[in-house]
Amino acid sequence: MEKILEVRNLSKVFGKGCPNCFIKTGPDLDTNICPDCGSVVAIHDLSLDLYKGEILGIMGESGSGKSTVVKNLFFDQEPTSGRATFFDDDKQYDLFGLNAAQKRHLRNHRFGMVYQNPHLGLNFGISSGGNIAERLLMNDLRNYSEIRERARELLERTEVLTNRMDELPGNFSGGMQQRVQIAKALAINPPLLFLDEVTTGLDLSVQAKILDLILEIQQEMNTAMIVVTHDLGVVRLLAGRTIVMKYGRIIESGLTDQILEDPQHAYTQRLVASAL
Amino acid sequence: MGYVAIKGGGLAIKGAEDTLDYLRCEQGDSGTPLDMDTIEHQLRFLHGRVLSEGGLYHPKLAALAIKQSLGDTLEAAFALRAYRSTKPRLLETPVLDTSEMRVTRRISAAFKDIIGGQMLGATTDYALRLMRTELLDETPEAFRAIAKHWFNDERSDSDIPDTFPKVLESLRADGLLADVDKAAVEEPFDITREPLIFPVPRSAALATMARGETGSLLAIAYSNMRGYGDVHPTVAELRVGYIPVMLPHPVTGELIEAGEVLMTECEIVAMYEGDDDNAKPTFSLGYGACFGNNEVKAIAMAILDRSLQTGMKNGPTNPSEDPEFVLLHVDGIDSMGFCTHYKMPHYVTFQSDMDRLRTTQDKADAKSEGAMS
Amino acid sequence: MTAMRKANAAYPFGFLDEYAKKEVRRTILKAIAIPGYQVPYSSREMPMGRGFGTGGLQLTLSIIGADDTLKVIDQGSDDSVNAVNLRSFIEMTCDGIDTTDITDEANVIQSRHRIPEKPLREDQVIVLQVPYPDPLVVVEPSEDKRKIMHGEADYSRLLVKLYEDIVQFDEITISHRYPTRINDHYVIDPSPIPRWDVPKLNQSKALVLLGAGREKKIYAVPPYTDAEPLAFDDVPFRVESFNDENGQRRCCDRCGDNTSFLDEFTSSVGNKVYQCSDSDWCREQLVAKGE
Repeated sequence: MEKILEVRNLSKVFGKGCPNCFIKTGPDLDTNICPDCGSVVAIHDLSLDLYKGEILGIMGESGSGKSTVVKNLFFDQEPTSGRATFFDDDKQYDLFGLNAAQKRHLRNHRFGMVYQNPHLGLNFGISSGGNIAERLLMNDLRNYSEIRERARELLERTEVLTNRMDELPGNFSGGMQQRVQIAKALAINPPLLFLDEVTTGLDLSVQAKILDLILEIQQEMNTAMIVVTHDLGVVRLLAGRTIVMKYGRIIESGLTDQILEDPQHAYTQRLVASAL
Repeated sequence: MGYVAIKGGGLAIKGAEDTLDYLRCEQGDSGTPLDMDTIEHQLRFLHGRVLSEGGLYHPKLAALAIKQSLGDTLEAAFALRAYRSTKPRLLETPVLDTSEMRVTRRISAAFKDIIGGQMLGATTDYALRLMRTELLDETPEAFRAIAKHWFNDERSDSDIPDTFPKVLESLRADGLLADVDKAAVEEPFDITREPLIFPVPRSAALATMARGETGSLLAIAYSNMRGYGDVHPTVAELRVGYIPVMLPHPVTGELIEAGEVLMTECEIVAMYEGDDDNAKPTFSLGYGACFGNNEVKAIAMAILDRSLQTGMKNGPTNPSEDPEFVLLHVDGIDSMGFCTHYKMPHYVTFQSDMDRLRTTQDKADAKSEGAMS
Repeated sequence: MTAMRKANAAYPFGFLDEYAKKEVRRTILKAIAIPGYQVPYSSREMPMGRGFGTGGLQLTLSIIGADDTLKVIDQGSDDSVNAVNLRSFIEMTCDGIDTTDITDEANVIQSRHRIPEKPLREDQVIVLQVPYPDPLVVVEPSEDKRKIMHGEADYSRLLVKLYEDIVQFDEITISHRYPTRINDHYVIDPSPIPRWDVPKLNQSKALVLLGAGREKKIYAVPPYTDAEPLAFDDVPFRVESFNDENGQRRCCDRCGDNTSFLDEFTSSVGNKVYQCSDSDWCREQLVAKGE
C-alpha cells in the first residue's frame, strides 16, 4: 500500500509550556493540564500513518486532542513540535515546514475538510453552488457553465436537491449543510480528506445517510480520510483502522474490528462497553 | 440646444466663493470683522480642537482657518492640514516629557488625594448648563471688568507649584502598573511621512488618534464604554497645561526651549492583564493626548488606545479593538472629504449603472415572457 | 478669480514640498515596476476634499514641470466644476505650465471617471483619480488579509461574486470600477471609469497612473501591458450598450458620432437626449464635419 501521510511525534501545547508539561500530564495522571504552568497538552508525541484510499478513525472523548490532530494537519492550528509528510504522487511535502502560501495551496488544491460546525466550512453569505464554485475557481476553472455543471453534479452526488443550489446554506437543515460541506470539500477531488465530528448533533437517520455517503465516496474516489469522532458507531462503519486517544496520547491503535472485539486498554474497554 | 456638459464651471465656482464670502460679511455696517485674538481666546475650545485635528500647532493660522471657514471645525482643521503639506520637515523634537507640563488643571478619579493635590482649574464639568442671559448684551466694560477683577483678587495660589508628579508614578512604585511600554522608547512612527500598513505599532495608532476628529473618537470609544468592549477605565490622571517644546540648536545641537504648546493629556488605568511571562498581573494603561484643551478627546483616545492594545494582542472582538476599523475612520479630513465628494457629478458611473439595470430588467422580462408562453 | 484663488501664502511650485514630491515619484517608479500593485505612500493633505481627486492631484503635481501641457477632465468634460477647480489650482501653483482642452495637445492628462476616446500616445501620461483602490474590499474588509490575497493572486472570492451575479441576474452587474487583471497577476480597481473605458487600458501606449489620496495608494498600468477584465470564458466582459429599442446604435445629438460613450439626460422640454461624454472628442467630430 502507498503511504499518503506520515505523522511523527506530533505535540501541541496550548499555553506557554514548561519542561514538566509532558511529564505531569497524560492518561495515567488523568489530566491534560500541566499542574506547574497551567498549559493544556492537547497532543503529545503522536505518530500515525495513513495509506491511499484508507479511512483512519481517531476516537476519544472531548479533551482527548483528537480534533486538534486534524486541525494541525489542515493548518488551522500550528503544532508545538513534530513532523508530518504528505506524499502526493511523486512529490512530498514537509507540512509544518511550508510557508503560508504553500500551506494555503495544499488546503485549496489537495486537502478537504468537513467541520462539525458548517459555519467553519461554508461561506454563509454566498449560495451553496457558489460555495462549491469558489473551490473550483481556486483551481482555475474559468468556464461558468462548466462550474455550474460540476457544482450540480457534486450536489447531486451528495444528495442535495439541485433546484436549491442557488439558495444560501442558512436556509438548509443541519444535515443538508453537512452535505453541502462535503460536496465543497470534494469539489477538487482531494486525495486527502479530514472529517471532524461531521455527524455530531444530527438525527440518527440523517447520520446514517451521511455516513453511507462518505463510505460510497471513499469507494468511488479512493479518497484517504481521517475521521475524528467520539462515536464508536462511526468508526465501526467507516474506519478500517482506529486510534484511541486520551488526554493527548494514543492509548490504543489497530484494526477497528480488533479494537472493538478485544479492547486492551481499560479506557477503551469502558468506551466499548458503554456503547453496547 | 446647447451643449449641456456643465459649461461655465469656472464662473460657477467664482460665484460660489463670492456668495460664501458675502455670507461671512452679511452683517454689513453693523458688523465687526473677527480678529485673530478674539477667536483664539473667546473661542478657546473650538480653537484648540482645530489645532489638534489640523495636526499643526499654529495658533494664529488656526484662528484664521476658523475665521475663513465660518467656524466649521472640519473645514478649519482641513485648511490647517493642507497648509502643513507645503512645509518641509526641518527639525524634530526629542520625545517630550509631559511631567514637565506647566499644569493649569489636573484631576484624578482614582484617588481622593494625590501628591500635589487635585486641581480643578477651568472646567465646565460641574457647570449648570443654564442660559447665561446676562451675556446676551455683554458690554465691553462688563467683559473687561471680569478680567480685571480676576487679577485684582487676592488669590492664595502662590504656593501652587507649576509642575506636579504623575499619579502613575506612584502606582508604578507600588507595583500596580506594568513597566513603561516599549512604545515610549522606540522611535515613534511618523504618520505624516509613512503610510499605515497594518499591523502598525502603537505609536502609529496614538499619532493617528492625536489628530483624529473628536466626534469620531468619541463615538467609537463610547461604543466600548457601552458594552461593545470592556475597557472599564478609571481616569488615573487628566491634565491640561503647557508643555515646553525642546529643539536641538541648529549649530550646537544643544536642546533649547523653542516655546510651549497647550495640551490635554489623559492616562486611564484599566483592568489588569493576565500574566504573560510569569510576571505578576498589573493594571493596564491607556494613553491619550492632544493639542489644545479637549478633555473628551483625550479620554476617548485613552480608552481606544487601551482597547486597540487588546485587539493588537489577541485579535479584535469588536470595532473599538480593531486597529483598521478605528484608525482608518477617525480622521476628520478623510471622512468629511469623502462624504462631501458624493456631491460631485457621477453622471458617467450612473450611466453605467442604468445600462446594467436595463440589461438585467430586459433579461428578467424575457424570462417571464418565456415562462408564460 | 477671487482673492481666495490667489496664492498669497507663497506656496512652492507644485504646492507640495520637494520631499513629498520626491516620495510620490519614488512610489510611481515602484508602481510601474510592479504593474497593478497598490503601493502605499504617505499621502499629503491637499487643499481640496479627500475624494475630490487628491490622489490624482498629488501624482500630477509631482510629475509636472514648467514645460508640460496639462488637460484636466471630469466626467469627460474639461468644463465641469471639479475639472475647472483642479486645473485652476494646478495652474496657480505650477508657474509656467500650459493647459489645454485638446487631448492631442496634452502630455499630462488628469481625469476622473473617463479615459479620452482618442487613443493616447507614448508621450502622454494619464492620471486617474481613485476613490477605492482595492477591488477585493467587497469580499474582504481587512486590508491585512487582502494583501495576502493579492500577493498570491487569489481572486477566487471575487470571481464567486461574478458567479453569484450571473446566477441571480443572468448578467454581471458590475457597472463601473470593473475589476481588471494587470499583467496576469494583480487585479486592480481601474477607478470609476465605465466598462467602456476598460479595454483602453489593455496595451495602452500611454502610461496610466492611478492615485488614491484618501486610501494612500498609488498603482500603475505601464505602457504595453496586458489589462484583462475579470470574466468567465463563456460569459465575456461587455461594455455599455447604446443601442435603442430596435438595436440601432444611438448617436450623439450634437456631433452625430455613433462610436463614443454617450451621456443620457432629459432636456428642459422633457425629451431624452444623448451626447458624447468626451467633450473634446465631440468637438473634434464637429470640426471634421466642417461645422
